[in-house]
Amino acid sequence: MSANLVALWYLTASVCFILALKGLSSPESARRGNVLGIAGMTIAVVTTLAIVAKGRLDLILVAMVIGGMIGAFVSRRVEMTQMPELVAAMHSLVGMAAVLIAVAVVNNPGAFGEHDPLPRGNRFELFVGSFVGAVTFSGSVIAFGKLAGLGKKFRLFSSAPVTFKGQHPLNLLLAIVMIGFGLAFFLAGGKGWTPFIVMLGIAFALGVLIIIPIGGADMPVVISMLNSYSGWAAAGIGFSLNNTMLIIAGSLVGSSGAILSYIMCKAMNRSFFSVILGGFGAAEGTAAAGTADKTVRSGSAEDAAFLLSNAESVVIVPGYGLAVARAQHAVKEMAQKLIAKGVSVRYAIHPVAGRMPGHMNVLLAEAEVPYDQVVEMEDINGEFGNTDVVLVLGANDVVNPLAHQKGSPIYGMPIIEANKARTVLVNKRSMAAGYAGLDNPLFYMDKTMMVFGDAKKVVEDMVKALD
Amino acid sequence: MTGTIDPTVVNLVVFVLAVFVGYHVIWNVTPALHTPLMSVTNAISSVIIVGAVLAAGPSEVDFGSAMGAVAVALASVNVAGGFLVTKRMLEMFKKKPKAEKK
Repeated sequence: MSANLVALWYLTASVCFILALKGLSSPESARRGNVLGIAGMTIAVVTTLAIVAKGRLDLILVAMVIGGMIGAFVSRRVEMTQMPELVAAMHSLVGMAAVLIAVAVVNNPGAFGEHDPLPRGNRFELFVGSFVGAVTFSGSVIAFGKLAGLGKKFRLFSSAPVTFKGQHPLNLLLAIVMIGFGLAFFLAGGKGWTPFIVMLGIAFALGVLIIIPIGGADMPVVISMLNSYSGWAAAGIGFSLNNTMLIIAGSLVGSSGAILSYIMCKAMNRSFFSVILGGFGAAEGTAAAGTADKTVRSGSAEDAAFLLSNAESVVIVPGYGLAVARAQHAVKEMAQKLIAKGVSVRYAIHPVAGRMPGHMNVLLAEAEVPYDQVVEMEDINGEFGNTDVVLVLGANDVVNPLAHQKGSPIYGMPIIEANKARTVLVNKRSMAAGYAGLDNPLFYMDKTMMVFGDAKKVVEDMVKALD
Repeated sequence: MTGTIDPTVVNLVVFVLAVFVGYHVIWNVTPALHTPLMSVTNAISSVIIVGAVLAAGPSEVDFGSAMGAVAVALASVNVAGGFLVTKRMLEMFKKKPKAEKK
């Protein structure tokens, strides 16, 4: 195949990828988009196989079949609550692949149609691609461990931030040393193995050190950020191989991850740098709220069911607690019962509900909640004044009215304005504070009734009471 | 204005334009589909398999092409897993025929 033809096929594949992403603007077009994405990938892979047709196709095909089978197996088995772990694991694979390709380029630039020894311009690009890839790999492994709850066995994977004295200066020092070795690789006469390998080693260590201080609450940002890195790594490798396919696809993914990180940071009212510098979420579940002098009204699931069935409009605010308790199916059943009684039921979703962007929407979709009942925060906030009952399930900070109070630590954070509804029902396991470690005035309002207990148990009791 | 354009400059042009396209396309994605967006971008970024195939390509197997083959396997996990799990999730967003309409 001529180089021009290859470039045109790559262009076709790139257009497919862009259309695949464009399709995600609505659930109907998204499935067609995914098919186009698969088509784009097929075109890209077949085109590339044609380039190496005279080489070891057998080796490549065996590797593809093995990898493909593992991927297909995992994609079938994974639970929707485990999506964040899966995505983190997949980011690490992209990062590692980028590193391995970079190693192969250093080993034999001729195989990629490059000059041997590698020209300096390509070395610079290779340096960028491989260090981003290495950071993506080790960072994603740590993120995976934190999300999968491996912290009990290995302290490194603790979902609480792992911090130590001099952490930031150490990271900075390592980054400088890494760039130093990158420079040595750039200037090296021969292949430059020694500086290249040392640089990679430091990059792997940096990936670990960057992610360990970030707490469990900030995971949506971390996953989005690693998503972005995996794209930039692909783009970097594309630069060093002069491969437009990799550059285009990598940039699409890179900007996607960057935008998601931005959206997540904004929804948590945190600056990107404060997330990266870490240490947040240390108070996770431990900060005892000063509740002694305030009274809460608590009620049973039956009381709650009575209030719900007499309402005209109900808005359910699901939080991560709902996902942990795997209560989404029970919630759907309850909603159906209410709808059958003529109650209008909708779900209000905060952007950071769940552990990754859009996680709660997927969990509700899995429970077969029709997506036209699921409303994003900014679209529903204006309607709480006309809502009879708000049912908050396992959410806390995202409905905390302190966000409207100047001087509070979460001032300015966008919240679901549940406090404006006529009656507020809150299900929580206990009065413990949320990730932000703050007390929530919503719980002490006269119109609020607390229903304590595991979300699934409570909702199932409500379903029974509704019969 | 003589001579040919350096490939790196061409790459830079492609890169900057692709970032712009990505920026505008992604802002149009509905927040409800942000998780499928991540899994599909994951699959798309595993187009790095293209580089891996080139690395594994040479007819003589050496250290570099062995690395390439491993990279092919790793990227294939993502290609298959990414697109299939996205498909699985998007199926859940399908309108159910008997779903109640408000």
